[in-house]
Amino acid sequence: MIVPARGSLRLWCALLTAVAVVLFALPLLGLLANAPWAKLPLLIASGPVHDALRLSLVSSFGALAVAVLLGLPLALWLAAGDGTMRTAVRLVVTLPVVLPPIVAGIALLLAFGRRGLLGQQLDLWFGFSLPFSTAATVIAAAYMGLPFFVLAAEAGLRALDQRYVAAAATLGAGPWRRLVTVTLPMVQPSLRTGALLCWARSLGEFCATQMFAGNLQGTTRTLPLACSAAMEVEPELAIGLSLILALLSLGVLSVLRHGWVPQR
Amino acid sequence: MMQRPRRPSLLVAVLTALVACRREPGATSLAAGKSEPRPVVVYAAASLAAAFTELGNGFAQQDPRYALQFVFEGSPSLVLKLQQGALADVLATADQPNMDKVASAKLTAAPPAEFARNRLAIVVAKGNPKQITSLADLARADLRVALCGETVPAGRYARQALQKAKVQLKSLSDEASVAALCSKVHLGELDGGIAYVTDVKGKDLEAVAIAAEHDVVASYPIAVLPGKERAGGERFVAFVRSEPGRRILKDQGFLLP
Repeated sequence: MIVPARGSLRLWCALLTAVAVVLFALPLLGLLANAPWAKLPLLIASGPVHDALRLSLVSSFGALAVAVLLGLPLALWLAAGDGTMRTAVRLVVTLPVVLPPIVAGIALLLAFGRRGLLGQQLDLWFGFSLPFSTAATVIAAAYMGLPFFVLAAEAGLRALDQRYVAAAATLGAGPWRRLVTVTLPMVQPSLRTGALLCWARSLGEFCATQMFAGNLQGTTRTLPLACSAAMEVEPELAIGLSLILALLSLGVLSVLRHGWVPQR
Repeated sequence: MMQRPRRPSLLVAVLTALVACRREPGATSLAAGKSEPRPVVVYAAASLAAAFTELGNGFAQQDPRYALQFVFEGSPSLVLKLQQGALADVLATADQPNMDKVASAKLTAAPPAEFARNRLAIVVAKGNPKQITSLADLARADLRVALCGETVPAGRYARQALQKAKVQLKSLSDEASVAALCSKVHLGELDGGIAYVTDVKGKDLEAVAIAAEHDVVASYPIAVLPGKERAGGERFVAFVRSEPGRRILKDQGFLLP
């Protein structure tokens, strides 16, 4: 029994739990209470909101795709052993989690911008520059979201009992088959948690996107950017957009609740 | 038995850190025996950053009773904060409409007054590598150009100037302030942008003049707000509008009304 059935400990836990729940519920309640319900259908149907929603979905799911494609091999390698190399790589990959997003945006510019380390070559060879493009929103979102996927995936892979994989090997399964039919299905809950965290982080990315990708309706203005822009001109639209973002997030959280609610 | 002392000592450590971080009253006083300078919060448009920092230094010499705290952001962002209940003592925006939003909501303590003017300029990298000489040049297909957002004064003025010059521009982004716009030009992400003449001062940038018939004169109003240090706010506004203040603004490149 974590909390006893009676006594002062139970009372304090109950009180503080109530305070915590209220503090977390209030912002959502504030949104729901102030939402322009009558105007909402009209607002949602408007061009700017469509664009913002489309761009947010593109950037968040694009970031998820990048995270899985690049993050899964990385997690497999990180989980395969220990050592200073792996520790250093893990540090670099975890950096976006703690870095202030605006700093991340500046760093992305310095790496992939027109005069950045890699961006310079892109510009020179292909005449193509990432900032101010939709691809840049995906990159910014992926940079901020990938660490969450990698960390969750690595944790799950490390916790996997290697004997299952070994058993599959003795039964004649090759490396690809072992990965696809044994390893990945067995760590599937961690992968789903990681994917969810990555997607959610990418959806909410603001500062890095604004700095690296810019802010133009139809090309780079994702929902958070549209929200911020609306707040200065039409607060009701901003509240409506906030509601959409909140409901979208709640929807995904509840659909995937079996993936992240801790199982005993 | 060894486990018990750990938790109290952690608590002691945290409390000690909190106590150590607490400021001693009078620790920032400029002269022994005087009380701590009172903080005056000044909200100013991003284009005023350099000028107001100078003005702040001048004001501190003249009147050390107050410690100025500046918040430099795009005008719409400042207005939003005030509308949402933020407390400031002075507001200086880069155009009248943004100030009107605050004044009409009766958030100012006294009517706003114009204290400076500014002209627009095309901001390019030092050396003007892309050879931009006019507004029409900005519309070239090979250039990457951006403006500030429509609600940002610089963005509004820029669009007015472009309209006057009958130039159709494809802006790559709606930047939040002239500061953000100039940073991107400086980093090489943009070949040019439209900001103020004063924005290139002290930076690695160049200003290309806009033809007089297309140029727009920006008008900067300043107002005292009913904040916590109203007297300090009034004194600062008085300083900004005084001769020494005007001289500082002129040195920074602003025009005087």
